[in-house]
Amino acid sequence: MSDTQKLQDLTTQVRRDIVRMVHKVNSGHPGGSLGCTEFLVALYNEIMEIKDDFTMDGIGEDLFFLSNGHISPVFYSVLARRGYFPVKELDTFRLLNSRLQGHPTTHEGLPGIRVASGSLGQGMSVAIGAAQAKKLNNDNHIIYSLHGDGELQEGQNWEAIMYAAGNNVDNLISTIDYNGQQIDGATKDVLPLGDLKAKFEAFGWDVLDLHHGNDLDAVIKGLKEAKSRTGKGKPVCILLHTVMGNGVDFMMGTHAWHGKAPNDEQLEKALAQNPETLGDY
Amino acid sequence: MKKYTYTEKIDTRSGFGAGMTELGRTNPNVVALCADLVGSLKIADFIKENPERFFQIGIAEANMMGIAAGLTIGGKIPFTGTFANFSTGRVYDQIRQSIAYSNKNVKICASHAGLTLGEDGATHQILEDIGLMKMLPGMTVINPCDFNQTKAATIAIAEHQGPVYLRFGRPAVPNFTPADQKFEIGKAVKINDGTDVTIIATGHLVWESILAGEELAKQGISADILDIHTIKPLDQEAILESVAKTGCVVTAEEHNYLGGLGESVARVLAENNPTPQEFVATQDTFGESGTPAQLMDKYGLNSEAIVKAVTKVLKRK
Repeated sequence: MSDTQKLQDLTTQVRRDIVRMVHKVNSGHPGGSLGCTEFLVALYNEIMEIKDDFTMDGIGEDLFFLSNGHISPVFYSVLARRGYFPVKELDTFRLLNSRLQGHPTTHEGLPGIRVASGSLGQGMSVAIGAAQAKKLNNDNHIIYSLHGDGELQEGQNWEAIMYAAGNNVDNLISTIDYNGQQIDGATKDVLPLGDLKAKFEAFGWDVLDLHHGNDLDAVIKGLKEAKSRTGKGKPVCILLHTVMGNGVDFMMGTHAWHGKAPNDEQLEKALAQNPETLGDY
Repeated sequence: MKKYTYTEKIDTRSGFGAGMTELGRTNPNVVALCADLVGSLKIADFIKENPERFFQIGIAEANMMGIAAGLTIGGKIPFTGTFANFSTGRVYDQIRQSIAYSNKNVKICASHAGLTLGEDGATHQILEDIGLMKMLPGMTVINPCDFNQTKAATIAIAEHQGPVYLRFGRPAVPNFTPADQKFEIGKAVKINDGTDVTIIATGHLVWESILAGEELAKQGISADILDIHTIKPLDQEAILESVAKTGCVVTAEEHNYLGGLGESVARVLAENNPTPQEFVATQDTFGESGTPAQLMDKYGLNSEAIVKAVTKVLKRK
């Protein structure tokens, strides 16, 4: 089996994990999770340099920060299937006494989570701090972060965007999940984001438009390109054009599935579109 | 009443600056962040000696708290510096999620706390910060009383693993604690042994309680005085031991009586030894412009107010 096929299988399995997790507890955020599946699968399995022992001191490896913490289902599934914690633990998502909280936390000591997120707009600042710690430690690794596009309505992001460029934080790749949707509707209707590319560039970032954010090969190519642009004095931004709910036809392209779980019938439909590949948890 | 003297009046924020200078020389993991208030926070020497370990954030406190949280990943010990108002209320959710809930080893260092910020007025005079910070699970809250104690506290918190809120002030105040006094987080300092009333003070009100103790001694009243520099965790043992002797308490702080030291003491007493208590604190009000001394007089945060509160609480015994 080719490496590409393996990653495709993993992507399909992660999709199954996502819809099964939110279905079981009748809560959680499938839309953004499904839209970012290719990105996180590619990042953790093709792009990032990760220590084999999964120690969490943050030294000597690439690090990832999820700012839009509500897409925890995809994050948990990708972390578990990468080896950070047992895959069967996905079955505890959002349950009492679980390490898999509704939004990711460090509080329960789940390996792979480096900061709590969920209250939006904070992750880029944390990623910048981690990037600057890497520079102080002469640790030549990259910090990755992921943010919702609607999340950019939070002002702290623009403090961080200004700071990262002004301080040449060029070991940072921040990706925006550019799906054009948020809880109350399309971002263009709720609060238009304007020309994001021009905005990031005006602040001094190197911006890469990644048009096929749900095409695994395109994502890998784009992430490699972004990586090649680090170390050149500018922070790097990827505008990752995705479809919310990607891979489950009735969830695609609408804000309706931002934070809603499928019922039994919808689950069956979703799973039929994403056949089991690596074994359900 | 034990005699206290001082050779100079100096601001507690300079104690913070001196502590940072020493940490810069002794602890390579300590880094400093500041939101455009380097001069006010007195950290110019740290920056001069360790330019690579200083991060000028600009006027962006929310970003500063997040960056501080991130810097801990990789072993740094970040000290953030700005005014108390901008260190707490402005960035409460950033502290709550990225620092406290995430248990990041960040030291939030807050100058110009309370009314003694003075002329800038109520927009900058936070009187709610102790309450905000002590309610956060895992947060240590420290409010030292003079230059020497602030310097010692600054050095001590670098050794403490976990988030800390360190609160200090703007005006020059008597520097009366010994320079070599060991700073123990969570341990009250006994200022005076007495038998009639317990005075529990924090920050700038510790010196005022010494003055009050001297006045009370003239009236034949013996005050047991505690300097509570650490509001959380609170030294319950010292409080209960003192109250067992005296049977009544006055708490004194430059903070709203809601959410401050006084309420923390009242909780300890209610649970263990219900005791009459009077609160020297601001009475659920904002401040205003004025000199520090004028404001402390107007809002009743001085030795006379403490003496008055003692007279009142003694009658309730």
